[in-house]
Amino acid sequence: MHEPLFHISKRGALPWYRAWLIRGLALLAALVLCAVVTTLLTGINPLQVYVTIFKGSFASSRRFWDMLQRLSILLCVSLAVTPAFRMRFWNIGGEGQVLVGGLASAACMILLGGKVPDAGLIALMTVSAMVAGAIWGGIPAVFKARWGTNETLFTLMMNYVAIQLVRYFSVVWESPKGSGSIGVINPSTHWGWLPEIGNAYFLKVLVVALLTIGVYIYLNYSKHGYEIAVVGESERTARYVGIKVEKVIIRTMLLSGALCGIAGLLLVGGTDHTITDTTAGGRGFTAVMVSWLAKFNPVWMILTSFLLVFLGKGAEQISSQFQLNQSFSDILTGIILFFIIGSEFFINYQINFRKSGDKEGK
Amino acid sequence: MKKITALLLVMVMVFALCACGSDKPANGGSEDTADFKVGFIFLHDENSTYDKNFMDAAKAACEAKGVAYELRTNIPEGQECYETAADLADGGCSLIFADSFGHEDFMIQAAKEFTDVQFCHATGTKAHTEKLDNYHNAFASIYEGRFLAGVAAGMKLNEMIENGDITAEQAKMGYVGAFPYAEVKSGYTSFYLGAKSVCPTVTMDVTFTNSWYDQTLENEAANKLIENDCVLISQHADSMGAPSACEQAGVPNVSYNGSTIAACPNTFIVSSRINWEPYFEYIIDCAMNGKAIDTDWTGTIATGSVELTEVNEAVAAEGTQEAIDAAKAKLESGEIHVFDTASFTVKGETLTSYLADVDDMGDFQPETEVIKDGYFHESEFRSAPYFDIDIDGITNLDA
Repeated sequence: MHEPLFHISKRGALPWYRAWLIRGLALLAALVLCAVVTTLLTGINPLQVYVTIFKGSFASSRRFWDMLQRLSILLCVSLAVTPAFRMRFWNIGGEGQVLVGGLASAACMILLGGKVPDAGLIALMTVSAMVAGAIWGGIPAVFKARWGTNETLFTLMMNYVAIQLVRYFSVVWESPKGSGSIGVINPSTHWGWLPEIGNAYFLKVLVVALLTIGVYIYLNYSKHGYEIAVVGESERTARYVGIKVEKVIIRTMLLSGALCGIAGLLLVGGTDHTITDTTAGGRGFTAVMVSWLAKFNPVWMILTSFLLVFLGKGAEQISSQFQLNQSFSDILTGIILFFIIGSEFFINYQINFRKSGDKEGK
Repeated sequence: MKKITALLLVMVMVFALCACGSDKPANGGSEDTADFKVGFIFLHDENSTYDKNFMDAAKAACEAKGVAYELRTNIPEGQECYETAADLADGGCSLIFADSFGHEDFMIQAAKEFTDVQFCHATGTKAHTEKLDNYHNAFASIYEGRFLAGVAAGMKLNEMIENGDITAEQAKMGYVGAFPYAEVKSGYTSFYLGAKSVCPTVTMDVTFTNSWYDQTLENEAANKLIENDCVLISQHADSMGAPSACEQAGVPNVSYNGSTIAACPNTFIVSSRINWEPYFEYIIDCAMNGKAIDTDWTGTIATGSVELTEVNEAVAAEGTQEAIDAAKAKLESGEIHVFDTASFTVKGETLTSYLADVDDMGDFQPETEVIKDGYFHESEFRSAPYFDIDIDGITNLDA
């Protein structure tokens, strides 16, 4: 009988340390491959490249804080999409939900700045950002719940509508005339700028830390969280035990959208003080990866978003220090992510090689 | 299995040690060797003709002056620009430059924080009203370059008319603009006036992509103009979209930012560009010697900032180079002015007075009289262009 060289079989549950060993080895293998690629393509010492990646986030306190800030915003969007993911509702419209949240904040800053007290303005910005995000997330949810439309396509398309909306208002509120960009809003009066606590970055870190705890508790210890888990496992089971599936879908997406709206608020009111069609910067999509890699666990998501932000900042540092094109650092990031995602295969499956004895006896 | 695991673990440890070991020397030594360092912030990377033009000049200027430099590419027009500027300042840069209009507010924010670092920004409008000692705007009188490129376009149109390809009335050019913004309007109007100076019957259609860099949109816009019977195309947008559309359709193209002859050998006539090297050398000299940098610096043909590439003899009309040289000499001597009010009309009338919004305070209130001595004084009251008048003969297809 001819036995194939190897076959693949499903593994039972691995003890946690074995799973992490596999992940660690994957990361190591990724780094080794990156090193080979780097040396072959550029002739640069790979160790230097790794040191540079590290320096991207840790060489100065500013870089460290900037890393924390970026981590916070990415984590915020990831937290936002996670409840829907746990429900097996594939919300890839985070980008659009962040943008409309940001647009709503910007609208308040532009139209109401100086007309209402600043504390009231910030409260209004928060509410309107959350409402705008919730509407953007709610529309596909209603369609899914009522008519069973495909949420992946629907949420994706909503991104483009949001981008066009932002472009439209960039022209309506443009400054100077004809430039098609809004520029910094209320640059001298700072109306609607979120207050600084300690330094320019800490507020965002604090808000997102609180959100992380909140989402963790909501998902794991609340009735809503339980309902989400049941709907995610099986809609039929959920119906059988008396859960109103439509209600859960819509409610969860409203929450998802509202949390994305907060990310938009933090970006527009807290960091950029302007809005462009690139304000969300692809975070709505990166968040999908963050959430998946962490298996939808908000606490692990801190780690995975750190990893992505760390690699991103490292990539920028490489491209500037070695005068390489940004594409080169994208290649490195791609290799590392490929291995990390690929390692999940080896956690869930094992490869059984043909026994060497058989080979000889053939 | 255990053996392999053990082996890999050992590798991890060795690796970790290596990483720790090499950390210190790399941090301490390799970077900050030169005393004077310049930081550059670019919106895109070398795939954009606009940024490549800046990047090449930055490298050349720094190498000519023997100073260290750091280039940061793909920096969006948001908080990232401030973070990058601050990071460059932290890293010992004494002079920091940004190349995109939307970077301005974030450069000003950084300039207010790092008062001992000089910040320079191309295409911005706020230096003369912000009144910071360490924040400066720069531009070049590219409208003069556009005018000369327009002369080449007009010569080509004349050739087509003489050959009987088109009638004098069919001499219509097309222009792909980015935004209906003063910088773009000033550019296409000067291009049109250059063409008109040699081909009096010329008209022009303009369409906007509402993006500074979008290959697909620029390509489509050029094709739309070609279908609309435009017999010659020029553009003010930063991708290869319009030139490559022209090459495909066989329609002559006057380019921008640099020669596109390699990709478009059968349609490229000439290109105007801003050469930023003189400005970079100027600011490096000033910053190194502690001299004040001009709040608004406008490069000209005389400073070597405004250039035309070589004329592509295969496409251009006979005598194009001579016509360009003649017009250039007249511009330099002041015999002619690009925006001479006698050379254009607005709704049939000749302009005698115009208030421009030179002080960009966000109020859109024009406050400065810019027509004197029979011509519009472009780039004199600030470096960034402010000519935003719609003149007769140019049709905005998007209006």
